[in-house]
Amino acid sequence: MAPPSSDARSTAPQAGFAFILKRSLISAAIALALFSLMIGVRTEAGPTGVLIYWTRFGDLALLVGAVFIGSIAVELARAFVGPVDIAGRMPEALREILAALQRFLVPALLAFAVLIPVIFYQQRYILDLSILVLTYVMLGWGLNIVVGLAGLLDLGYVAFYAVGAYSYALLSTTFGLSFWICLPLAGILAAFWGMMLGFPVLRLKGDYLAIVTLAFGEIIRIVLLNWQSLTGGPNGISGIPRPTAFGIPLTAGADGLAARLGIPFSPTHRIVFLFYLILALALLTNWATIRLRRLPIGRAWEALREDEVACRALGINTVVTKLTAFALGAMFGGFAGAFFATRQGFISPESFSFQESALVLAIVVLGGMGSQLGVALAAIAMIGGFELFRGFDQYRMLVFGMAMVLLMIWRPRGLIGHRAPSVYLERREAIAADLVKEGHG
Amino acid sequence: MTGADILEVTHLSMTFGGIRAVNDLSFTATRGAITALIGPNGAGKTTVFNCITGFYKPTAGMIRLVHADGRDFLLERLFDFRIAKRAKVARTFQNIRLFSGMTLLENLMVAQHNPLMRASGFTVLGLLGAPRYRAAERAAIERARHWLDRIGLTARADDAAGNLPYGDQRRLEIARAMCTEPALLCLDEPAAGLNARESEALSELLLSIRAGGTSLLLIEHDMSVVMEISDRIVVLDHGVKIADGTPREIRDDPKVIAAYLGSDEEFARAEMEGSA
Repeated sequence: MAPPSSDARSTAPQAGFAFILKRSLISAAIALALFSLMIGVRTEAGPTGVLIYWTRFGDLALLVGAVFIGSIAVELARAFVGPVDIAGRMPEALREILAALQRFLVPALLAFAVLIPVIFYQQRYILDLSILVLTYVMLGWGLNIVVGLAGLLDLGYVAFYAVGAYSYALLSTTFGLSFWICLPLAGILAAFWGMMLGFPVLRLKGDYLAIVTLAFGEIIRIVLLNWQSLTGGPNGISGIPRPTAFGIPLTAGADGLAARLGIPFSPTHRIVFLFYLILALALLTNWATIRLRRLPIGRAWEALREDEVACRALGINTVVTKLTAFALGAMFGGFAGAFFATRQGFISPESFSFQESALVLAIVVLGGMGSQLGVALAAIAMIGGFELFRGFDQYRMLVFGMAMVLLMIWRPRGLIGHRAPSVYLERREAIAADLVKEGHG
Repeated sequence: MTGADILEVTHLSMTFGGIRAVNDLSFTATRGAITALIGPNGAGKTTVFNCITGFYKPTAGMIRLVHADGRDFLLERLFDFRIAKRAKVARTFQNIRLFSGMTLLENLMVAQHNPLMRASGFTVLGLLGAPRYRAAERAAIERARHWLDRIGLTARADDAAGNLPYGDQRRLEIARAMCTEPALLCLDEPAAGLNARESEALSELLLSIRAGGTSLLLIEHDMSVVMEISDRIVVLDHGVKIADGTPREIRDDPKVIAAYLGSDEEFARAEMEGSA
């Protein structure tokens, strides 16, 4: 990053030393109040059932001190590397180099993604991780339609993931339908449930919409948990058929793909096939979204995010527009769900908790709402980064949380916050993040 | 060119709880003319506008819109976006409502949503890249360029609408409304916040829109604009019509002068004269 120039410093929020000290003292006081009982006093039931306790004031002091110094650091970071216009401060040449890099970033990432199974053929762990990352990239892109483009805050996206997974699991285990027939059916069913959710929440905005979608996600999970006869309840569904390469099974048998191609069988073939399957599905989502953004429906979604009243005054049917956003977002969630089911071979309601919704939403917000590249990068950072921090053991969550806080200080509108116009006359120029609205329901 | 009336408002009433914002109001707007709706603050002008453009459902009364081909629409029965889509009534807002994070061109493209939606086969054909849709999109861009030319903002077509100065935003909002190809254009205080030069440009724009065959209905406080361009003026006070006529008639109407600027008759007369 370029060093802050004098003019940039003058526009940055000037937090005085006294202000920083005051904020940090308040944070430390809150930490003291919170931790004095949680950390400071340790209680345990004695051998005779009597309560024994001892104090750990040393640890408490250490923690409060850490909060104090930490908040000073955060305030300083906010004052000096806060949300400032970094691009504006760079010299022209550097900006051009970065723009060129950005042009090559997408093809490079894509080429790398295609080559992953070739490069890491022997490393099963990396292949599995890549499949997981791509699943979240696809979920992020799906949710991006609802949250990023249409500006409808959806906290229950996992419901559609679950609908897709259970649709495939039930259709294939009950009727013996193949993956390639079930995949579109799973998408259609998820889209149907997306509309079912859409209807009651059409009139809701902002926080209220978020709460109802959150509840919807929980309803689906609880129904799956309790409808024993259909879903198997907490035991889930096992023995879900693996996908076939368009009818040819990926097994060691004589009719398997390996035997037909005349190459020795390896269980990695299936992993590689799954990898390319999710890559294709994710790219389909991406292609559709990019395409839709340039169509009237996509522009109507973004207009809806910007100003719903103006949309109505221009004769746009806001009900249909919102419902299509919900339905299409849900459809891609359903595709991802069907993939998840065929990959795992076993699903249970446990996989579809609120945490998944929150994770996908975090990916969309962190990536920059509406930005396809940003969402992909955020998914790589969130899922891949989480694995990267494995070395930190129990501090993993702490390090990860801190990384997210820092990122949000540095880039409050996500990794890629600016918006690329969908159509242009003379020149294509990104729109600054502060002009783009986040939507309010 | 005066022909049949484009808009007939009869016995319109709108109550909010116990408050009668509009009380038994009847007026008409002439086709191909500029009709102004004026009155002191709180007279109910914006309420009338919201009833005509479907943002409020009137408590009582009828609002009839007749197209040039004779088709008529009862606006109080059409709901929400259908007034803009079917009856072709477009509007602007007192507090500008542009899509600030979208470019000028995109703003004008969103306004052509309905014809483009049909051309894209409700997205299916468009997704497949059908030539019919591409042609329709090119035509839509041309229409947008035409309006950008008319408001003199073609050079800024690819800038974000939120970056425009205030006066340009006002004109862009009018251009955006015009891109829906309305039969009746309703403007809510288009000259608010404009300087004298910008008001002048606005008057020219509105007159050129009238010359293009679109009827206009406007609410305006700026008397110089109203007196200069209106063919007809309807004066409201406390939700009731107190006068209706040509600018000259309105200017000399003692009732209007009394109501419009209270008891300060001297000041009111000066204001009206000054704008003559």
